[in-house]
Amino acid sequence: MTRTQPDADRPVLVEARGVSLAFGSVKALTDVDLSLRAGEITAIVGDNGAGKSTFVRCLSGIHRPDAGVMTLDGADIDFRSPEDAREAGIETVHQNLALVEDLTVWQNLFLNREIVRGLGPASLLNRRAMQRQAREMVASLAVNVPAVTSRVRRLSGGQRQAVAICRAAGFSSRLVIMDEPTAALGVQETARVEALIRRLRDDGRAVLLVSHNFEQVMRLSDAVWVMRSGRCVAGRRTAQTTGQEIVALVTGAQAA
Amino acid sequence: MASPPPLSPDRPDVSPDPVLDQPGRRPARLARVTDVSLWAEWAAPVGLVILAVVFQLMNSTFLSLGNVKAMLVAAAILVVLSVGQTFAVATGGIDLSVASTMTFGAIVFGLAYAKGAPLPVCCLLALAAGLLVGLVQGLVVGRGRITDFIVTLGGLSVASGLALVVSDGKPTTVISPFLLRLSTQGVGPVGYTVILALAVALLAHVLLFHTRFGTHVLAAGGSPEAATATGISLANIKTAVYAISGLLSGLAAILLVARVGASEPAANMQFLLNSVAAVVLGGVSLMGGRATIAGPVAGALLLTGLTNGLTLLGVSQYYQPVAVGAVVVLAAFLTRFQR
Ligand SMILES: Nc1ncnc2c1ncn2[C@@H]1O[C@H](COP(=O)(O)OP(=O)(O)OP(=O)(O)O)[C@@H](O)[C@H]1O
Ligand SMILES: [Mg+2]
Repeated sequence: MTRTQPDADRPVLVEARGVSLAFGSVKALTDVDLSLRAGEITAIVGDNGAGKSTFVRCLSGIHRPDAGVMTLDGADIDFRSPEDAREAGIETVHQNLALVEDLTVWQNLFLNREIVRGLGPASLLNRRAMQRQAREMVASLAVNVPAVTSRVRRLSGGQRQAVAICRAAGFSSRLVIMDEPTAALGVQETARVEALIRRLRDDGRAVLLVSHNFEQVMRLSDAVWVMRSGRCVAGRRTAQTTGQEIVALVTGAQAA
Repeated sequence: MASPPPLSPDRPDVSPDPVLDQPGRRPARLARVTDVSLWAEWAAPVGLVILAVVFQLMNSTFLSLGNVKAMLVAAAILVVLSVGQTFAVATGGIDLSVASTMTFGAIVFGLAYAKGAPLPVCCLLALAAGLLVGLVQGLVVGRGRITDFIVTLGGLSVASGLALVVSDGKPTTVISPFLLRLSTQGVGPVGYTVILALAVALLAHVLLFHTRFGTHVLAAGGSPEAATATGISLANIKTAVYAISGLLSGLAAILLVARVGASEPAANMQFLLNSVAAVVLGGVSLMGGRATIAGPVAGALLLTGLTNGLTLLGVSQYYQPVAVGAVVVLAAFLTRFQR
């Protein structure tokens, strides 16, 4: 069975073939095939419960697929933990944000990537260096986070989103995954995040965007994959499709 | 009908009060004082000061050098245990086995001593016994994914049972000039055990706030999902905090043997209650993610001072647990306002 493969001249960065995952009797993913390319924004759309977040979590090392193959740059990947995925250059902005509210902005930005002085077990945190770099990271994204020393608990939803994106974009990641990054944002913040997503692509990174906002998907993405009840049912180059077709594919009114 | 007054620039500005209209300032400072969450965080130090003043007014020997020295020495064991407890609580867990592990460590110490082992070996064995008990519990919590509460409740039972089995229920007298010096002498007015407890607290503070491990402990307690998503291993963190708590229980065992002059298979339950109480008084969130070391240390001093003061006033010993319980519940009530 050949799906409309979104073809392009850029090399494929990640490819999934036959990825399946069940939670007990719930088949969250069934035989998912999809691919995404470096230097492109690839969108995944689908109704609630279609399996988008589950697929994202497989790619970021939280879940391990029951079956199927995933490759990064042609090599098979088998992430046993999120740390493995981060090591491989995959950073994720999760739908539920994944920030620690009681820690400060800079501590969250550097969580598990702390800068230390000294060697081995005797090494101490270099707080000042992390705060300085955190300030630079936040400033370079032009996001209005009050101060990197404030606790995340005190931030608004949009500011938290900005911190999460900042973290994902900040390290030398090859693939940045964003699961509904603008779902809770106002008009201006959404525009800022979209500009940021474009900037990541222009940097040559791959971006995987999960979104329910079809206009946003049409505006931003280079390729779209459609998921329906755990399956990836269609793929299109964004330039060669329309919003109506995507909606029809999502609802099942149109078969792939 | 009066026409509205002409708006001229030279007319004194009446409407916006320049003082009242300034955002923040006075109201902000006032809000800081009335902010209950601030009080919750400072419950232990503030309580300590109030307690010192009240007891001093009622009995002038309370703050005498001799009594302060005695209180600090009496607090040393509790400080060490509370620091260990803090690490467990910071991850959202609790170590109910601290006192029993200490008892077990003390029994191991006494057994080695009775068999003629040199003192350093006895000390190392007590530390190792504590570490082992903690490590096993940590592995069961972390790898076995069983609730902290249940695992350490089991640990409590196992460790105190083992202490009885190993000692056959009998105490061993430990008469050692070194231990005697440790528990009765010091540098100037400050006892060696106090210095030791202080050093433990300082090291713990550095560990919690100036190492990657400490940040990961707070992250794991604050949001397990977020910590996991960044690649932090909850299993490793849990294993480590209970190992730390066990090791400190082993250290407390040495201090206990030095203080009592014997290793007894006693229950030492008040140490468990007081260690949890000190942590709560210290403003550490029982939900995990928020912790200090200074807070629980102040909490331990407060509880020791409370017991000491009541004794000085001639209040029956039987009332002391009642007082401790009341203070702890009050402190827990204050933490409701923590933000
Ligand atoms: N940890 C889990 N345990 C059990 N079932 C799960 C788990 N995670 C997801 N599921 C189930 O898998 C299916 C897919 O969920 P998923 O979160 O991937 O959907 P989604 O496409 O991201 O939806 P949404 O648009 O609402 O975010 C759902 O039926 C969900 O109930
Ligand atoms: Mg989702």
